Amino acid sequence: MPEIRDFHAFPDAQGRFGQFGGSYVAETLMAPLAELTEAYLRLRKDPAFVAELDRDLTHYVGRPSPVYFAERLTRHVGGARILLKREDLNHTGAHKINNTVGQALVARHMGKTRIIAETGAGQHGVASATVAARLGLECVVYMGATDIERQKINVYRMKLLGAEVVPVTSGSKTLKDALNEAMRDWVTNVADTFYIIGTVAGPHPYPLMVRDFNAIVGREARAQLLEQYGRLPDVLTACVGGGSNAIGLFHAFLNDRDVRIVGAEAAGEGIATGHHAASLAAGRPGVLHGNRTYVLCDDDGQITETHSVSAGLDYPGVGPEHAFLKDAGRAEYVGVTDDEALEAFHLLARTEGILAALESSHAVAQAIKLAREYPKDGIVLCNLSGRGDKDVHTIAAREGVQV
Amino acid sequence: MNRIDRRFAALKSAGRTGLIPFVTAGDPSPGHAVALMHALVESGADVIELGVPFSDPMADGPVIQHASERAIAKGVGLGDVLGWVTEFRRRDADTPVVLMGYLNPIEIHGYARFAAEAVQAGVDGVLLVDCPLEESEVLAPLRAAGLAQILLAAPTTAPDRLSKLCAAAEGFLYYVSFAGITGAARLSTTDIAARVADVRAHAKAPVAVGFGVRDAESAKAIAAFADAVVIGSALVERLAGAASVDEIAERVRAFLQPVRDALDAR
Repeated sequence: MPEIRDFHAFPDAQGRFGQFGGSYVAETLMAPLAELTEAYLRLRKDPAFVAELDRDLTHYVGRPSPVYFAERLTRHVGGARILLKREDLNHTGAHKINNTVGQALVARHMGKTRIIAETGAGQHGVASATVAARLGLECVVYMGATDIERQKINVYRMKLLGAEVVPVTSGSKTLKDALNEAMRDWVTNVADTFYIIGTVAGPHPYPLMVRDFNAIVGREARAQLLEQYGRLPDVLTACVGGGSNAIGLFHAFLNDRDVRIVGAEAAGEGIATGHHAASLAAGRPGVLHGNRTYVLCDDDGQITETHSVSAGLDYPGVGPEHAFLKDAGRAEYVGVTDDEALEAFHLLARTEGILAALESSHAVAQAIKLAREYPKDGIVLCNLSGRGDKDVHTIAAREGVQV
Repeated sequence: MNRIDRRFAALKSAGRTGLIPFVTAGDPSPGHAVALMHALVESGADVIELGVPFSDPMADGPVIQHASERAIAKGVGLGDVLGWVTEFRRRDADTPVVLMGYLNPIEIHGYARFAAEAVQAGVDGVLLVDCPLEESEVLAPLRAAGLAQILLAAPTTAPDRLSKLCAAAEGFLYYVSFAGITGAARLSTTDIAARVADVRAHAKAPVAVGFGVRDAESAKAIAAFADAVVIGSALVERLAGAASVDEIAERVRAFLQPVRDALDAR
């Protein structure tokens, strides 16, 4: 791959990040995607739209989110300072709302009256149901039957917000199947329906649009670090399922070559066991859900079932920009196991009084490892992408506790 | 001239409408895959669309998705499908075979390797649902090997794209009769007749119409304005659970023969 001078120059007009990305979709989706691309490229440069989005992010989402120095955790680990970007403090409890607020505004500008979304852990479903309720739009959320079982609280939250939750029973009954089903709905109802994809995957323009809406995380954090510490961090880390919170943190720093970037994928029971969801660390380039990216599949090209204790990371693909950053050598992607994530969850809870989402606990675990590699005046900036209230039942069940 | 072009030329000179049944390779049973292909031809198929099972068939409805899942559960992969075409060709040198499916199995197999093996097996064309014209440079090795790239057009296709598709169409242009997934029930023939007429006027290849064709009656209605009719989900649904070669042949005959007769009675 040739030397990349400006990482902010991607994707190109076809939605490509080097060999990754693109629009690998059925003919019926080409027109709606073109319509969406045209609308979004216009709106992202429209000062009125940008101002409207900024107002929502400030007054509805509660931005900016703080950068918090996890002092007791840092002392416990005994390495570099660990700073947490507190996306868990956003309305609805995760970074997902940054994207859904943005896409809902796009939907309204396009005159769409119906919102559909797919969800894994339920965070994106909740964030979509939230913005749909606020704008008075009908909302249908597709969710794998397996995920519905392990994320009952979020299912009920979506229903309270007025959304219809449709169980998906095909395939592995998880996020990838929910995405297939949402795509089918969109193909069938394109005239009035806006599909809010929850991660930086899918066909162009979704990887671009979802990244743009989440990039506020890194822009804020970069400014906060410069203001509070007078310097940039040594290393960034975030968990990577589809990769939206990670690209959100990473993007503003991509051209800061001295800042190391490490994504934490779900290694599940360990990559060697085959029970994991580490598409970048253990997968290969392929085509899934409308884009070329790293995927987990067998030698026949069949997408394999993934495993992670966290439903939000349980995805056999990954956003194409991450695939690009991996191949360009700009970011590293490593696996964090279920057990490591659980251990980090407990450690953060006891040292800092923060219950992190299981997804984000992977990032915390990676931050702890990285902190040990750097001197005490070093800085590890970790995206705490969501709060863990939704996961307490999963954790209790895993640890044999009756709640 | 390849088999697809020869077949459509023959249909045209005979004044007949083509019949293109779709089956998922390896369903209802991998052991009867080749027998099923011959049964399709015996009941009047002009072109066989053979679905390559894929785990995540985004553009397909539940019928074909379940057929794919059944086949994958029995271990069916691209290599098996190519083997069945090879075996089919031993008895049938004329009926065109188009592989229909998704990109990832071919991407993982390797484009150049697939192209060589497919031609060797006697495949005539490929219809890759998630590979629109804009992304089809990856298919260059397939085209170079002589495989026709069957393109899709839809009611939502914008006029300028439609002209590009018409110009690039090889083998036949597959017109998706409505915006939806395979096997859905809606079909308003009056709505699409005018659009198909327009496509036929501009396309350098014949136009086949599919998505939502369920029986002899709907096939006949489509035949009034199409060069060929594609029939998939309704057939796949009918074949599910057929246990023996005889049962498969009988179900194919019972379903397809009336469609063939209706097309020929026009």
